[in-house]
Amino acid sequence: MSEASARKLGDDLLRPLLRTSWRFYALVAFLGSIVLTGLCTWAYQVYNGFGITGINNPIFWAFYITNFVFWIGISHAGTLISAILRLVNAGWRRPVTRCAEVITVFALMIGALFPIIHLGRPWLFFWLIPYPSNRQIWPNFRSPLVWDFFAINTYLTGSVLFLVLPMIPDFALVRDKATGVRQKVYAALALGWQGTPKQWHRLESAMSIMAIAIIPVAVSVHTIVSFDFSMAPVPMWHSTMFGPYFVAGAIFSGIAGLIVAMAALRKFLHLEEYLHPVHFQNLGKLLLLMSLLWSYFVFAERLTIWYGNESSEVAVLNVTQKGSFAPLYWTMVVCNFVVPFFIMSIKRLRTIAGCVIASFCVLIGMWLERFLIVVPSLGHKYLPYAWGTYRPRPVEIIITMSTFAAMTLLYTLFSKFVPIISIWEMKAGEHPSPALFPAATREHALGETHA
Amino acid sequence: MSAVYALYPDGESAQRAVNGLRAAGFSTGAITVISGEPLEDHEFFDVNKSTWMWYIASAGGFIGLASAAWLTRMTEVAWPLRTGNMPIVAWWPNMIVMFELTMLGGIVAAVVTMFVTAGLPRRRPALYDPEIMDGKILVGVDNPPDAAVVERALTVPGATIKRT
Repeated sequence: MSEASARKLGDDLLRPLLRTSWRFYALVAFLGSIVLTGLCTWAYQVYNGFGITGINNPIFWAFYITNFVFWIGISHAGTLISAILRLVNAGWRRPVTRCAEVITVFALMIGALFPIIHLGRPWLFFWLIPYPSNRQIWPNFRSPLVWDFFAINTYLTGSVLFLVLPMIPDFALVRDKATGVRQKVYAALALGWQGTPKQWHRLESAMSIMAIAIIPVAVSVHTIVSFDFSMAPVPMWHSTMFGPYFVAGAIFSGIAGLIVAMAALRKFLHLEEYLHPVHFQNLGKLLLLMSLLWSYFVFAERLTIWYGNESSEVAVLNVTQKGSFAPLYWTMVVCNFVVPFFIMSIKRLRTIAGCVIASFCVLIGMWLERFLIVVPSLGHKYLPYAWGTYRPRPVEIIITMSTFAAMTLLYTLFSKFVPIISIWEMKAGEHPSPALFPAATREHALGETHA
Repeated sequence: MSAVYALYPDGESAQRAVNGLRAAGFSTGAITVISGEPLEDHEFFDVNKSTWMWYIASAGGFIGLASAAWLTRMTEVAWPLRTGNMPIVAWWPNMIVMFELTMLGGIVAAVVTMFVTAGLPRRRPALYDPEIMDGKILVGVDNPPDAAVVERALTVPGATIKRT
């Protein structure tokens, strides 16, 4: 890469780190106040108990577990997509990977918080950690909730490392550009990185190994989240296809989350030269594919239940399609299938704005899908005299909204302190090895040249 | 520590400098090359490529697998409570924990190996120049026996020669 190109790349991508406008502080203050409200509401719930929520017998899981499944699903945007694109050497991944990996880490953190919020006594969360109690009793490893602990923590550890390792060379770059305290902080974070061939080879070997390992872990995480439901004899939960159905839904919502995040970064950090329309078009095609796959799973699941005509399952089916949950159900179908299908399948509409509109719809639709998996089934179990209904209360709504603000806040802070596009990977893309890139396609070129 | 090095604007001139140092009698191990990006398509970048990391990661995965197998079986046998009509030692659910810890072991072993073999973390070395991050490539020699010989070898068009 020429010196001028390298300098321009560094200047463009380090600008958000080295210059701060009043808008940043205003946004942080606004989001921070929502997050603070959410924390206070949680404290209020802990103080008053679960009586102030809408959770009741038989609907013990509602908004909080919906949010748990939703956020774990969103986490599939990053590390999984980044790992796949890295393994297949897709040139256009370079500006996208870090934006995506950050979503994974923060979404997992927020998702993992919900089982704790859902605990009446959250300070006892450590009972999930596998250690012997004073009677030498361990957690039961045959429980799906303990599997969650292992799966989420493995995925979180892997995702954090997958995110942090390629950040080290970029920290070295910031170290060399920054001054004062900032220079000292980034020098510590750069860990003395030089950039010798040996260091580059080790970094790339580690990234390859982690990319291979993280893909099955990502698939396992949402499969295990689905086991929380499918291992229970509850109508419309006890299904063998819940694992792949949940994984497809997770990747679907994850891609939607990634498109929205990338569009926001492009707009507010002025990254138009790096996040091109082709990146959105490619992700839009993936969104279309996942929309079709998700629809296939929904159809297969519902057809089987309708055809089987087992009374308790048909009761849940009817209440979602024709009963009190029907408005939510058909909104979900429109958001997850109709809108993305029409926008993404027509090339002229597959613009950045089109991708963002479709993605917003998918995010709404996928949240509704999680809600419709959790609540109607619990409210309509095998014995009709035990049926119940659920209305969310303000605490649940406020806490839910505050997690969206928390995600935005964490993302904003991250993009303020770390280059949101991997600078060294962009530089490396400027002169791809002929052995690795035999055919220069337009997509490769857009991922690799921009100066 | 003293060093003589030069900064080059592109990989081709850096390659010529490395070749010049080799011709002057310096072994590949004695020559330091530093760049702000991986330069896959140059011969000087091919040093130190082989690594045991894949084997170490596999060993880490095996340790994770063995630990999980021991942990799940030991805890089930310690309090033999029958759950959901499953056998006391229920390998089907145990396999989930075993899978996760296998992967965790592999990932952690790979990362630890990376840090150890790449020499991280370390204090900032003497042979370094901030211009590397602007796209320059550093080629130099630590503690050269004869600095003048190194300087002659590093002198190619476009080079900026420096001493520390």
